[in-house]
Amino acid sequence: MQADKWLQPRDNGLYCVAADCYIDPTAPVNRALITHGHADHAISGHHSVVATAPTIAIMRTRYGEDMAQTVEALDYGHTIELGDPDDPVSCTFYPAGHILGSAQILLSYRGTRVVISGDYKRQPDPTCPPFTAIDCDVFITEATFALPVFKHPPIEQECKKLLQSLALFPERCHLVGVYALGKCQRMILGLRALGYNQPIYLHGAQRRLCDLYEEHGIRLGQLIDVADVADKSELAGEIVLAPPSALSDRWSRSLPEVRKAMASGWMQIRARAHQRQVELPLIVSDHCDWQALLDTIDEVSPGEVWITHGREDALLHQLTTKGVKARALSLIGYDEDATD
Amino acid sequence: MEAFSQLLQQLYFTSSNNEKSRLLRHYLAHTADPDRGWAIAALAGTLKFEFFKRNAVKNLMLERVDPDLFAMSYDYVGEMSETVAHLWPDATTSIELPGLAELIDQFRQANREQVKALLLHYLSGITAEQRWSLLKLGTRGLRVGLSARSVKRILAEYGDVPVSEIETLWHALKPPYRELFDWLEGRAEKPDISGAVTFHPVMLSHPLPDDKATQLSVEDWLVEYKYDGIRVQLVITEQGKALYSRTGDDISESFPDVLAGIEEPGVIDGELLVINDGKIEYFNALQQRLNRKKPTKKLIAERPAGIVVYDLLTDNDEDITSLPLIKRRQRLEHWLSRASANHLLISPLLSVDSNAQLQQTYADAAEDAGVEGLMLKRKDSSYQPGRPSGQWYKWKREALHLDAVVMYAQRGHGKRSSFYSDFTFGVWQDDTLLPIGKAYSGFTDEELKKLDNWVRRNAMGRFGPVREVKKELVVEVAFDAIHPSTRHKSGVALRFPRFHRIRWDKPASEADTLANARALIIE
Ligand SMILES: [Zn+2]
Ligand SMILES: [Zn+2]
Repeated sequence: MQADKWLQPRDNGLYCVAADCYIDPTAPVNRALITHGHADHAISGHHSVVATAPTIAIMRTRYGEDMAQTVEALDYGHTIELGDPDDPVSCTFYPAGHILGSAQILLSYRGTRVVISGDYKRQPDPTCPPFTAIDCDVFITEATFALPVFKHPPIEQECKKLLQSLALFPERCHLVGVYALGKCQRMILGLRALGYNQPIYLHGAQRRLCDLYEEHGIRLGQLIDVADVADKSELAGEIVLAPPSALSDRWSRSLPEVRKAMASGWMQIRARAHQRQVELPLIVSDHCDWQALLDTIDEVSPGEVWITHGREDALLHQLTTKGVKARALSLIGYDEDATD
Repeated sequence: MEAFSQLLQQLYFTSSNNEKSRLLRHYLAHTADPDRGWAIAALAGTLKFEFFKRNAVKNLMLERVDPDLFAMSYDYVGEMSETVAHLWPDATTSIELPGLAELIDQFRQANREQVKALLLHYLSGITAEQRWSLLKLGTRGLRVGLSARSVKRILAEYGDVPVSEIETLWHALKPPYRELFDWLEGRAEKPDISGAVTFHPVMLSHPLPDDKATQLSVEDWLVEYKYDGIRVQLVITEQGKALYSRTGDDISESFPDVLAGIEEPGVIDGELLVINDGKIEYFNALQQRLNRKKPTKKLIAERPAGIVVYDLLTDNDEDITSLPLIKRRQRLEHWLSRASANHLLISPLLSVDSNAQLQQTYADAAEDAGVEGLMLKRKDSSYQPGRPSGQWYKWKREALHLDAVVMYAQRGHGKRSSFYSDFTFGVWQDDTLLPIGKAYSGFTDEELKKLDNWVRRNAMGRFGPVREVKKELVVEVAFDAIHPSTRHKSGVALRFPRFHRIRWDKPASEADTLANARALIIE
């Protein structure tokens, strides 16, 4: 059955009519399938939630044990049936390579296969299994960085930039803005991979999710809470990871001679970095850049592409020009800057 | 070039002025002539190329990328150099850039076709970061957060001399500024610029504070009209003559009629306007001249330009900027009688004997379509470049207001490139909205976010940089004046329109009509 008959954009997000459930709904609903734990995809207050075990753990860490009435953990590659047992929608999770626990969701109904890829990337990431291309009729893709100006360099290059700056300004505390979920841990691992074995300091907001990654067997090395450092002058020449919002708030004033850095895909655009008064922009993204989006769509080679949040215009234009059938879903409620 | 490229990157991402100064001084101390002089020229905006321009770069890019994708990218990034730096296909082999002076020389020597070839050669062999720096060079005004004034201040710090001395010399010197560095580094005397035809930095006014008009002692002040033209400086020496804009651009070529027939040496400050047989015309008439780099004879005959003069900086060869205004004014009158030029009018002094009369004069000026309000200048004020406090005030006419409907939105540029911040608005004629102006300012950052959000939710046309929006949002726009105009479909043009209030509450059908707008025109 044609996909747009049973899978439709609604006010609360993408709705599967045949299984009476939403995917990554932006308001509390009865039944939700969640691709990953970023706040614009996973909220609390749904009646029942299906997600990977790490995603459920992330949601519990963020929202508490009662983030939903019932939860069901689904492993990658396993299938469950939803909706009417006599006319079911089958649902399978596959790795998306975005953050710990991130999944693409394959929904299959009356012979039509739709992959909702959530957020995904193709660069290697030691915290999650790589994105796998799934054969499908409709591939739903995000378009966060869907403009040809976006080119994400390898993370090693950006971590090197940070270490070089540290060598150049040994008296300055390097305060790096990173999102607490995913980016924070990936930066730590990127630095460790370059042999940086010093303690890395954390703003309070980063701690719980780092512990959670550790519990999932991801070794982050020695992490110290800034709050536990009595003499803040000791942080000269050290790396402190904090949420982006903390870069310019009161909290950062206690640190010695702060050099502001930020790790985000947006940092490629100088005006964006400038806007946040970032002195050291680090281009590190958990999304695909333009070329990776196009290559992925080529590789998946679906019958049709649906485009969700981000710069739909450009991707729609490019796919249409190439003769790929595509449409923009115009889902609202996904904040382009909330995660990256 | 590599050192300069790094300097630009560092300057761009440094917000502290002290740190910027330190970076630039460090560069100057460690870079030889003539490279450093050209770097200063580039930073201060005095470097110009004939063919290495934004458009040349854009056209080369368009040969390599889908035009729609280019438009969307530019719309998003908000700046040409950076858009092209990112979009240009990455190099397969790398090449070394020559030194800054050598590179600039190559581009200056090249004709249109050769510039294309040079750009192609370099762009295809360097990194995105280098591409950005290279392209910035060609797009005048590097915009790395360092104004021309700051560059001069830093040069003054570098040589430990007063910045006013740099200001005075500045326009008489040419890149790569060897004689300037020789002086700043103590190897030579200060460059001698007497007699040179050169721009002198201008003195600016402050807006009149609210209660000032009732409190000041009128006998200490000269009162003049504030004219609705553009501020210019006329420079005549034994060596030649020129007309400059208030920022020091030489606009002589566009206004040959202003320079014609004046030989009397002096430096004159005044307002450029269209003056027909001694009668001053509206700004619209001047606008037609400003749009033409090289005016036709016919246009000159129809719209002859002249100057309303109000100050004299140099009388013959004598610098009189330290004299009080009242004395300079006398010297100006004498100069004008010697110059005997019909297209130069003196700005009349308005006689004001009391604060009440001042108020009345202001009210009368508001009824005069040719002026924007009043200027109040202290009689004892010396002529000081910049904006000294307490010396000169502008007292502009109260703004006019209209309730208009937002019709189109476009992303801003630079810092605002991620927001829809440029708005076209219109008023009703019967059932149709006719655009009457564009505004980019007048809202707070908070309001800008709300507007941006509104545009995203109410966009109709989704392509290209301009978004058409649902005709539902009313804004109260403020503007200085409204004039009849044949260049706009609505038949009117606004001066300095900006947002005054966003009327989230008001239905679009209740916005103003074109008839309401026309009623505000002062005949
Ligand atoms: Zn995400
Ligand atoms: Zn997302």
